[in-house]
Amino acid sequence: MRNPLDLAGARPGPAFTVTLDGREIEALPGQTVAAALWAAGVTSWRTTRGEGRPRGIFCGIGVCFDCLVTVNDRPNQRACLVPLHSGDAIRTQEGTGHES
Amino acid sequence: MRADLAVIGAGPAGLAATLAAAAQGVRVTLIDSAAEAGGQFYRRPAAALRARRPQALHHQWRTWERLRDGLGTHVESGPVRHLTDHHVWLVERRSTGFTVHALLGPEQRDPAEVRADAVLLATGGYEKVLPFPGWTLPGVIAAGGAQAMLKGGLAVSGRTAVVAGTGPLLLPVAAGLAAAGVEVAALVDSADPLAFVRRSRALVAEPGKVVEGAGYAGRLLRHRVRTLARHTVVEAHGTERLEAVTVAALDRDGRVRPGSGRRIPCDTLAVGHGMLPHTDLAETLGCRLDGLTVHVDDEQRTDVPGVWAAGETTGIGGSALSLAEGHIAGRSAAARLHGTEPDPRAWAAAAKARTRLRAFFAALDTVYAPPAHWTELVTDDTVVCRCEEVTGGTIRAAVAELGARDARTVKLLTRAGMGWCQGRVCGPAVAGLAGCAFTPSRRPFARPVPLGVLARAGEADGD
Repeated sequence: MRNPLDLAGARPGPAFTVTLDGREIEALPGQTVAAALWAAGVTSWRTTRGEGRPRGIFCGIGVCFDCLVTVNDRPNQRACLVPLHSGDAIRTQEGTGHES
Repeated sequence: MRADLAVIGAGPAGLAATLAAAAQGVRVTLIDSAAEAGGQFYRRPAAALRARRPQALHHQWRTWERLRDGLGTHVESGPVRHLTDHHVWLVERRSTGFTVHALLGPEQRDPAEVRADAVLLATGGYEKVLPFPGWTLPGVIAAGGAQAMLKGGLAVSGRTAVVAGTGPLLLPVAAGLAAAGVEVAALVDSADPLAFVRRSRALVAEPGKVVEGAGYAGRLLRHRVRTLARHTVVEAHGTERLEAVTVAALDRDGRVRPGSGRRIPCDTLAVGHGMLPHTDLAETLGCRLDGLTVHVDDEQRTDVPGVWAAGETTGIGGSALSLAEGHIAGRSAAARLHGTEPDPRAWAAAAKARTRLRAFFAALDTVYAPPAHWTELVTDDTVVCRCEEVTGGTIRAAVAELGARDARTVKLLTRAGMGWCQGRVCGPAVAGLAGCAFTPSRRPFARPVPLGVLARAGEADGD
């Protein structure tokens, strides 16, 4: 099946490992947190402060702040903006991200 | 280093302005939040993804190559400095010139300041998305967001998508997802694009746009994408993530036809209802706005001396219009920085294109519109303000029971628009539910700023 990497003729460097809530997932050089999580089949990585509802990416360009996530113990990072590096630890952000 | 001209935004308008001004001997600092120039329109895969055919996700690639090469030449030879990963939060008017305040990198913790004699705002726009039940489910994304993730990250969120809402952006989004291997189950537009084709006058003046539209239509046919005109999504279904949407037909008045609903299984809904301009920096500078857009004269000058504006921030009109406006703004700024009166004959071709394209998009605006009665789709338990989780019912109560008549009062009573995005996403919806016109809310800063940065801002200045 056709995929976006083939469509654009991408030849990224070797994949590296990051973790999502301790589970290892693969990421490609250049991918943002959001892109790597989508590629791993994950679409939500935050629960809201009020109702505890799942959220993932929405505007995709840094405007809406829906895709907030904790990366390397820093909460409230926009997954659509932040590029990943080998060994990064992504954690699902619960509420404000300052409580756990 | 002090610049003659600070251009904010490296999309089509900002790039055209930079090249035009630099060609006239102006020292330009081009400031942009992304890692690479191009803006949303020419967003390309991150360099490390090493895409050999990035143009597969674009049209007007040759225009991009011209802009890219022009920028490269000017950066190499010296007159242009390109600051990437600079998120501008304020442009401050000083006794002499301006100070541009930015935060660095995706982390946006550390500050940077740029001094300039003049400023050119090319801050672009973002997507309007109106609420409906289920729109906060993971898997429901802005149409432009789906496109940004595809163009920049070469990523898609699932296997089966519905593209919905209204506006010309939906066509390239659907075509892009289909080309990238996603099954696009339907393209749902509340407008009827055929009605536009029948208004031949606007199209005759824009043969290029006809070809562009026909190109997308052909690609959608090839991928067997079904188009549902005069339809709308009434609900997104799922518990932890999107599983299906219900779409329904609209009657002549823009109301959902009872009994016309049908369920379409999908894991992605890319939805958008048009574009909104980014005007925060202009507002803080005190520039006059016409409705939602920055007011400019024929030279693309705002009414604040030393401040120009070009592109979507002065009115939504696409990349070709942004290029024309950016070129004019750059030429005008260069002449005036040199202390001379600009000669409009120098940009006659761009001015002609600007007139034509503004007319074209004005005509487009009369066709593409959300359903007239979209507020009826917002149930009382639909979350309207995504950040603060304020529902339609709470907002209606503020209006009906507490007497709120405008979005600001609704905000003070309910917190709708008070969260991280500062009402950028829910603003049009809150105004619609309150029964008032959507107006830009004045924000002193264009993005969240750490208190420590705010406390130290401008410390290095003597004047």
